[in-house]
Amino acid sequence: MDAPDVHPNSPEATYTDSAGKYYVIYICLLILAGLQFYIATLNLDTTAMFARMLFIAVAEAGLAIMFFMHLWAEKRGFLLFVVIFTGFVLLAMQYGWTDSNRMDVGAPYSQTKPGAVQQ
Amino acid sequence: MSQADMTMAAHSHHPPGMTVGLEPFVVPAKKMAMWLFIIADAATFAGCLVAYGFLRNGTPDWPRPFHSMTNAVLMTFILLTSSLTMLLGVRAAKAADRAGAFRWTMITAVLGIVFAALHIREWLALIDEGMTLSHNPWGSGLFGSAFFSITGLHLLHVTGGVIALLIIGLSWKAGHRTAEDLETAGLYWHFVDLVWMFVVPFVYLLNMAH
Repeated sequence: MDAPDVHPNSPEATYTDSAGKYYVIYICLLILAGLQFYIATLNLDTTAMFARMLFIAVAEAGLAIMFFMHLWAEKRGFLLFVVIFTGFVLLAMQYGWTDSNRMDVGAPYSQTKPGAVQQ
Repeated sequence: MSQADMTMAAHSHHPPGMTVGLEPFVVPAKKMAMWLFIIADAATFAGCLVAYGFLRNGTPDWPRPFHSMTNAVLMTFILLTSSLTMLLGVRAAKAADRAGAFRWTMITAVLGIVFAALHIREWLALIDEGMTLSHNPWGSGLFGSAFFSITGLHLLHVTGGVIALLIIGLSWKAGHRTAEDLETAGLYWHFVDLVWMFVVPFVYLLNMAH
């Protein structure tokens, strides 16, 4: 079925969202991305660099989701559904870092107890 | 069936007599479906990135092969700009500017193609240096599989998004699509951009050569 033509004066065509807001968010995203590239040039250890970059990436994602994807304009219940469910899943994935840290010392499954006899 | 039921049915898209409850969230079906897909895809990418983090954290000889961030800067700028152009296209569609919406959508698709081309060029350069899925000249062979799988999955999403934008843009121009269709496609494109904001720092910037 063809889409009906929208008359410029019809209520359906009324769209008062300002384009200026989009440009402001766009500039903010560029600045945040630039900040990440700047942090990459600093002489930081990996953990500190990762933490800073993660913080900025989450801020960028928040701006994009809320304003570019218009989640801010949706019903509050829908916003909470998206944020809480997605956030929970992402946080639940972080359980493996303790295993990852144990692997770093070359013992993927267990560490030899002091005094144990090697066979 | 009562007169009230018939009246309701006449003004409803549901069959007569069908009992319907409240519509949670009051979100159109297409938009809801796209949001559900985005949530699931976010979990997929998060799983890939977190697994990459586990591997990198637990591998002492993780390589840092990137000497220049120029390509990453360019690709990030292109993708962020494409998000803006997509937004302007959706705004034009909702304001009944059919030609403007088509123009912005096509510009977005072109930017997506440029991004994909830059990405493939970077892949070819890394392959030329000796990097494969299981081996590279700088350190652990896990780097190649992690890098190519994460960036490859993102590139696949970009490619799919470009194809979708071309199809929806052309059918919009022919009058077969509504502004809601354009907005739904725009949601997907913004998500693809959003994922890149995490891929760049974790896969590129954390692996810059010192």
